[in-house]
Amino acid sequence: MNAISALLRRELTLAMRRRGDALTALFFFVIVASLFPLGVGPDPKLLHLMGGGVVWVAALLAAMLSLGRLFAADHADGTLEQLILTPTSPVVWIAGKILAHWLVSGVPLILMAPVLGIQFGLSGAELAVLMWSLLLGTPALSLIGAIGAALTLGLRGGGVLVSLLVLPLYVPVLIFGAGAVDGAISGLGSEAHLSLLGGILILAFMLTPWAVAAALRISIE
Amino acid sequence: MSGFNLYKYSSPATFYVLAGRLIPWFYAAAALLGAAGLYVSFFLAPTDFQQGEAYRIIFIHVPAAWMSMFIYLAMAGWAALGLAFNTRLSFMMASALAPTGAMLTFVSLWTGALWGKPTWGAWWVWDARLTSELILFFLYLGFMALQAAIDDPRRADRAGALIALVGVVNVPIIYFSVKWWNTLHQGASVSLNTAPSMAAVMLAGMLVMALAVWMYAIAAALSRVRCIILERERNSQWVAQMLGAEPHPHPNLPLEGEGTNVEGI
Amino acid sequence: MVGMNWHSLSEFIHMGGYALYVWGSFGVTALLIAGEILLLGARRKKALTLVRRTIKFGKAENDEDAA
Repeated sequence: MNAISALLRRELTLAMRRRGDALTALFFFVIVASLFPLGVGPDPKLLHLMGGGVVWVAALLAAMLSLGRLFAADHADGTLEQLILTPTSPVVWIAGKILAHWLVSGVPLILMAPVLGIQFGLSGAELAVLMWSLLLGTPALSLIGAIGAALTLGLRGGGVLVSLLVLPLYVPVLIFGAGAVDGAISGLGSEAHLSLLGGILILAFMLTPWAVAAALRISIE
Repeated sequence: MSGFNLYKYSSPATFYVLAGRLIPWFYAAAALLGAAGLYVSFFLAPTDFQQGEAYRIIFIHVPAAWMSMFIYLAMAGWAALGLAFNTRLSFMMASALAPTGAMLTFVSLWTGALWGKPTWGAWWVWDARLTSELILFFLYLGFMALQAAIDDPRRADRAGALIALVGVVNVPIIYFSVKWWNTLHQGASVSLNTAPSMAAVMLAGMLVMALAVWMYAIAAALSRVRCIILERERNSQWVAQMLGAEPHPHPNLPLEGEGTNVEGI
Repeated sequence: MVGMNWHSLSEFIHMGGYALYVWGSFGVTALLIAGEILLLGARRKKALTLVRRTIKFGKAENDEDAA
């Protein structure tokens, strides 16, 4: 337990030192979502209907953008090889690393989402559902994305490659996340979507750290 | 890598020869079944009273869609075998299947669009099946792009295998989510299987065509795996012996016997 | 033409007005399969050339070529 909290502290300290990266992804999120009204026109009705989906797609892309730095720095300075050799199970510190990554890159997206939702005319209740869906969905994005980040470690063109690998796997999260907001807008309710999103998160939490551990071993050896 | 000879059956050298003998048979079976399937699809199957002749497209669309999914499963199976038993041939089979699977996925998308235009009035409809097939196409592309981006064959093999396995776990989740999304948005609910009442002759035609595609896929994958074996094992002695030439007495040439594992080529 | 569906070749080709869609499907599929077979042949030829060069000149030079 001590090792984990030490690891978390280390990751967070490192992330705070590289605040710029997290801020870039956050601005990317804001800009992408703000481009949509310019593209489709200012019709409030249309924007209201699109809002949930647009914010979710933007969150997906922003989450993907920040995947590159999940393992890259530790790979470059050799820390990753040290970590793989530590007596703690790799699954534990991988989960810790992903958690730290989510705290730095995912949580800001959730906090920023209501501002973007207001641009699309979402009401208070709808904004709450949007935040809940992102709260359940973005950790799953970090977990699934970590597999892509681990597999493309040190490859040329890794950034584009990671999007090709990870975006198709993000589809269920996108569907249920945006669907929750749509459910709130249409009045059909969003509990089912949120439960399924929670199910995906639990499944991802149980399975992906193992896959990431295997992927890191493949990439490093 | 010791103990590789335990898996003699999976030695690339043995398999190369075996595959070479099998390929003509699979191509022949594919041609015969394909001819029979085309005969059923154009001459035995009657004109559909609702869709006219356009429905004949499903005789290629449905088998291609079936096989595109089946090949992904087979690919993941070989990948799992490779990761579990560390047999290089399994990884090579997984890589060899991917382009054929991607091609069939594209065929199913293409024919789905050509079927959709006269039937639904649109080239593309966000129907659950077509959408899942599109995502499957992306999964194939991701697998191939990842393997192409890695120079070290050992890492390429394993990384590809892992992403194939991750993909295969996700395919049912993706399909379920897309179906859910489709029903909620009340998109195109007409599906290929419910459109005309499925006559026995139609089902037979689709099955024969599916078998033909299956045989073709095996033949193509075996041809491709032979190329991969040659490319990767070009420095080993059995390749030199097989081609009937004495190997150049070069100090760098490894001197392993038939079927031994040459790492890091 | 055999079978109960078509009375003439032109009727067969016409496909009840759906020629573009039906032949577009079957034709492109045939082209793709033919293309894959051709590509496989070309890849095999290339691999064999690579192997022959390796046998003739040895591993080291060839690997530099291939890289």
